[in-house]
Amino acid sequence: MSSRIAAKVQEAAGPLDRQDKVRRRSIFSAFIRDPKALTGLIIFSVFVLVGIFAPLIAPYDPHASTFMPSQPPSWQHLFGTTNTGQDIFSQFVWGTRTSLSVGVGAAVVSTLIAFLIGVYAGLKGGWVDAVLNALCNIFLVLPGLALLILIESYLKNTTPVLNGLIIALTGWAWGARVFRSVTLSLANRDFVLAAKLSGAGSLRIMFAEILPNMVSIIAGNLIYSCLGAILAESGLAYLGFEDVASDSWGTILMWAQNGAALMIGAWWWFVPPGLAIALVCTSLTLMNFAVDQIANPRLRVKRRARKTHVLEGGLQHAAQS
Amino acid sequence: MRYVLNRLLFLVVSIWAAITLNFILPRLMPGNPAAIMMAKFQGRMPPQALHALEIEMGMASDKPMIVQYFDYLRSMVTGHLGLSYTFYPTPVSAIIRQSLPWTIGLLGVAWLVAVVLGTLAGIWIAWRRGSKADAILPIGTMFFQSIPGFWLGLILLYFAGFLHNWFPTAHAYGDDVTPGFNGRFILSVLYHGFLPFLVVFLGSVSGWIVGMRNNMIMTLGEDYVVFAEAKGIPTRRLIFAYAARNALLPQVTSIAIALSTIIGGQILIEQVFSYPGIGYQLTNAVTSEDYPLIQGMFLIIAVATLVINFIVDMIYGRLDPRARRRGATS
Amino acid sequence: MPHNHNALRRPVLEIEDLSVGYETPNSLVHAVSDVNLTVHEQEILGLVGESGSGKSTLAFAVMRLLKGDAVVTKGRVRVAGQDVYALTPAELRSFRWKKMSMVFQSAMNALNPVMTVETQIVDTLLAHQPDWSRERALARARELLELVRIDAKHLKSYPHELSGGMRQRVVIAIAIALQPDLVIMDEPTTALDVVVQRSILDEIREIQQREKFAILFISHDFSLVAELASRVAIMYAGRIVEVTDSETLADGYRHHPYTEGLIRAIPHLTAEQVVIEGIPGNPPNLMELPSGCAFHPRCPYATEECRQARPPQYPSEHGLIECHLFKPQREAQHV
Ligand SMILES: Nc1ncnc2c1ncn2[C@@H]1O[C@H](COP(=O)(O)OP(=O)(O)O)[C@@H](O)[C@H]1O
Ligand SMILES: [Mg+2]
Repeated sequence: MSSRIAAKVQEAAGPLDRQDKVRRRSIFSAFIRDPKALTGLIIFSVFVLVGIFAPLIAPYDPHASTFMPSQPPSWQHLFGTTNTGQDIFSQFVWGTRTSLSVGVGAAVVSTLIAFLIGVYAGLKGGWVDAVLNALCNIFLVLPGLALLILIESYLKNTTPVLNGLIIALTGWAWGARVFRSVTLSLANRDFVLAAKLSGAGSLRIMFAEILPNMVSIIAGNLIYSCLGAILAESGLAYLGFEDVASDSWGTILMWAQNGAALMIGAWWWFVPPGLAIALVCTSLTLMNFAVDQIANPRLRVKRRARKTHVLEGGLQHAAQS
Repeated sequence: MRYVLNRLLFLVVSIWAAITLNFILPRLMPGNPAAIMMAKFQGRMPPQALHALEIEMGMASDKPMIVQYFDYLRSMVTGHLGLSYTFYPTPVSAIIRQSLPWTIGLLGVAWLVAVVLGTLAGIWIAWRRGSKADAILPIGTMFFQSIPGFWLGLILLYFAGFLHNWFPTAHAYGDDVTPGFNGRFILSVLYHGFLPFLVVFLGSVSGWIVGMRNNMIMTLGEDYVVFAEAKGIPTRRLIFAYAARNALLPQVTSIAIALSTIIGGQILIEQVFSYPGIGYQLTNAVTSEDYPLIQGMFLIIAVATLVINFIVDMIYGRLDPRARRRGATS
Repeated sequence: MPHNHNALRRPVLEIEDLSVGYETPNSLVHAVSDVNLTVHEQEILGLVGESGSGKSTLAFAVMRLLKGDAVVTKGRVRVAGQDVYALTPAELRSFRWKKMSMVFQSAMNALNPVMTVETQIVDTLLAHQPDWSRERALARARELLELVRIDAKHLKSYPHELSGGMRQRVVIAIAIALQPDLVIMDEPTTALDVVVQRSILDEIREIQQREKFAILFISHDFSLVAELASRVAIMYAGRIVEVTDSETLADGYRHHPYTEGLIRAIPHLTAEQVVIEGIPGNPPNLMELPSGCAFHPRCPYATEECRQARPPQYPSEHGLIECHLFKPQREAQHV
C-alpha cells in the first residue's frame, strides 16, 4: 500500500502551481496523443452517447412482453428476445443509461467524499487526522460487496440511484487515503502556508489551493471509482438486490439466469451485458493511462533510466530541483 | 514486536467496527425493516426466539440502547450468533461451520495457485524482457481484469456445463457420493470445483503476473541489484534473493487492497455455481430475510477478511525488515 | 612528483579511444567521446566534471555494466592488462570484483534493503570463493567491517538501521572485499554531509595506502578531487579536456580554460547545481553539441578556430590538454 501511495505523492510533489495551467491544457492533448487513451475515450464516448440517446435508439419498450419469446438475434431484435418476449436490445440500451449514470454518479459522490475526508485529515493533522485515517483504514479492509449486501438486506428492492449512493458511501476509503497522503506532501508548501497565514478557511484552502494541485490524481480516482461502481452495481443487480423492474446490465443478467437462459442456450441474453461491462471497464483503464502520463510526465524518462542504470546523477538532480 | 501489537490492535478495532455496523445498521434504516420482519415471524417461532430477535434487531425498547449494545457485543464475542430462521432452530454458527470450508477451500486454493504461478510467471517475463508474452500481457490483462468474474463464470458454465456437459453445473459434490474422506467424494469435489476454481484463478492470475512483472522490472533496475550483479552474485540468487524478494513487497501490500474485491467476486461466483459457501449462504439469507444468518455471514466474511489482512501484514513484516521498525504498513 | 613515479608503475586501467552513446528515438547521443585515460597501480586518479558530463557512463562502461540502450561505439578498456570487453560473461563475472570493483553513486540504494549487512558481504565472498566455508567468509566480513571502522555487531544490521556514512562504508567494504587492483568510486560522498564526507575520505586514503589498490575517483566537486587525487582528469560534455597533476592546480600554472574556471570557482562549488563563477552559461545539451570545441560558447578565449574545429590533444607541462590555445606554435600569443 505504502509504495503505491508514495508513487502518488511523488506525482503530486512534481507540479508547482505555476506549471499547473500548462498541465491542465495538456490533459486534452495527452488524451489525443496517446493511442491507448484515445481508444478508451472513443469506446467510453460511444457508450455515453448510447446512454444519452437511449429513448431514440431503443426500438421498443424494454418492458413490453409483446414479442415471440426466446428468439435469437435477428434484424427485428438485434439481441434477440427474453423468455417472456421482451426485446433485449432495448433493455440493453436503457441499461447502458442506468449503468453508466450509476457509475459516473457514484464516482463523483465517492470522490467528493474522499476528497473532503482525505484532504481535511491531511490539513488538520493531529487527532482529527488520526481518527479519520483509522476510519479510512477500516473501510478499506471491510469486504465491500458483503457490506453492500448487508445494507441491501435492510433496504428491499433499491433503485439503481440508491444503489449508486450506497456504493459511493462505502467506497471512498481508497481515494481518501491517496488524497490524504498527497495533501500531507503539499501541506508545507509555500502557497498552502501562505493561505493559512492569511486566514483562509479550511474549505477555501482545500478547494482553492489543494484541489488545483491534484487535478490528475482526482481524475484518476474518478476513473477508478467509476469502474468499481459499475462492477459493484452490476453485481448487486445480478444477485437480485436491485429493483427487479430496473433497467441495468446487471438486472438483465439476473433475469437471464432466472429465466434459464443458460439451460435453453439463449446466449444472446447474457453475453451482451457482460461484454458491455467489460468494454466500459477496459475503456476506463485505457483512459487512465493518459491521466497517469499527465500526473507524472517523468514516468517515461524514469523507466528508461532504470533500464540503463546510468541516469542517477541526472535524475537526482531533476528530483532536487 | 511493536509492529505485531500495532497490527493486532488494528485487527481488534476493525472487528469491533464490523460488529458495531451489524448492530447499528438495522437501527438506522428507514421503514423499520426489523418490525416488518418481526411481524412476518410472529407465531412461526417460539416466544423465546422472538425475544432474542427483538434484542438483535433493537426492538427491545425496554432496555436503553447502550445496554442493548453491550449485550450484543457480548453475545457476538462469545460466538452466540443467534439461530437461523430459515433453518430453525439451527444456530448460525453451525451453518457457518458447514459453509466456511467450501469457501476457504475454493478461494484459498485457487488464489494461492494464482499467486504462486503468477509470481513465477511475472519474474520470468521480467527477466526475459521483450518476449512475446511481454507484448501481449498488458493488453490481455487489462481486458481480463475488466471482465466481471461472475459473468465469466456464467459464460464458462454455459459453455462447459450446459452446452457440452463437461462439468457439473451446480453444487460442490454429487448427490451420489457420501461426504467423508473417500476417493469418490474427493473426486466429485474436484470435479464440481473445477469451473469455479478456474474463474477465481483467472480473475487473479493475470493481475498478479503483470504486477509482479512491473515491480520486477523496476527492481532489476535498482542500484542494489546492479551492484549485486557487479559483485558477482550468481544469476539465480540475483533474481530470486536480490530482486524478486524486493519486487514481492508491493505485491504483498496490494493483497490488502485486492482482498475486498476478491472476496466480493467470490460471493458472486458462488452464486453463479450454486456453490454452498459463505457467499451463497449470504445471498440466500438475504432473499429469505433471515437476519441472524445475514448478520452472522457478514460478520464471518468481515472477520475472515480482517484476519487474512492481519496475516498478510505479518508476512510483510517478515519480508521487509523496515516495516517492523515503522510499526505499520498502512 | 607523482607523474614521474607513474612512469615506473604498471597501468591498471587503460581506456583507449572510448566512446559510449545512448540510443534515443531519434539518434545516438554520445555521453562519452574519444576518451583516453590511464590509471596506474596504487594511484588515485580524480575524474571531475559537472553533472551530466558523462562520468557515470564512463565508469559503467569500464565495469561493463552498461544496460539497455547504452552502446559502446568504439574503443577499448583494459583492466590489469585484460580487455574487459573480450571476456565471456562467466569470465566477466569472476573478473569483476577480483580485479576491478565499483562504489556506486548512491550508497543508500546500493545495499539491498531486505538483507543484512552480513549476508551482503558474505554473498560477495562466497560468489567468488565457493570453496570457502561460511565461518571463513564471516571472519573475513568482520575483518572488512573493521577496516572501514564499523563495529562487527552491525553485521546483523539491515541497511535502514545504519546511518548514511555507515552505509557508504559498508559499500566500500564490499568493494574491497576481494582485494581488487582498481576501485572505481562514483561520487562516493555526494549524499553525505560535510563532516561525514571528510572522515570517509580520510578512511579511503588510509585503506588505499594499506591495501594498495588504484582508485578512479569520480566527483563533481573539484576541490575535493584536487585534494585527494594525485592526478586529475577534467571531463566536459563527454570528453576529457585536460589531465594534469593535482599540484599544478594551485596558482601559477596554465590550464584549459574550463579548468581555470573550475579553479576560480573552488570556494563556491559545493552543490551540483551551483553555477560556476567565472564560467558563464550552462553545460551543453548532448543532443546538440556546439560545433568545434564543445566549450567554446562559454570560453572567454574562444576564436573562430574553436568554433570550427575540435581541438586535438596537446601535451602540456603536466599532462594533456584538449584546447587550441595549447597548439605549440601559438602558445606565446595567448598568455
Ligand atoms: N539511459 C539514458 N538514455 C539517454 N541518455 C542518458 C541515459 N543515461 C544518461 N544519459 C545522458 O548521458 C549523459 C551523461 O550522464 P552521466 O554519465 O550520468 O553523467 P554524470 O555521471 O557525469 O552526471 C547525461 O547527459 C545524461 O542525460
Ligand atoms: Mg553520475
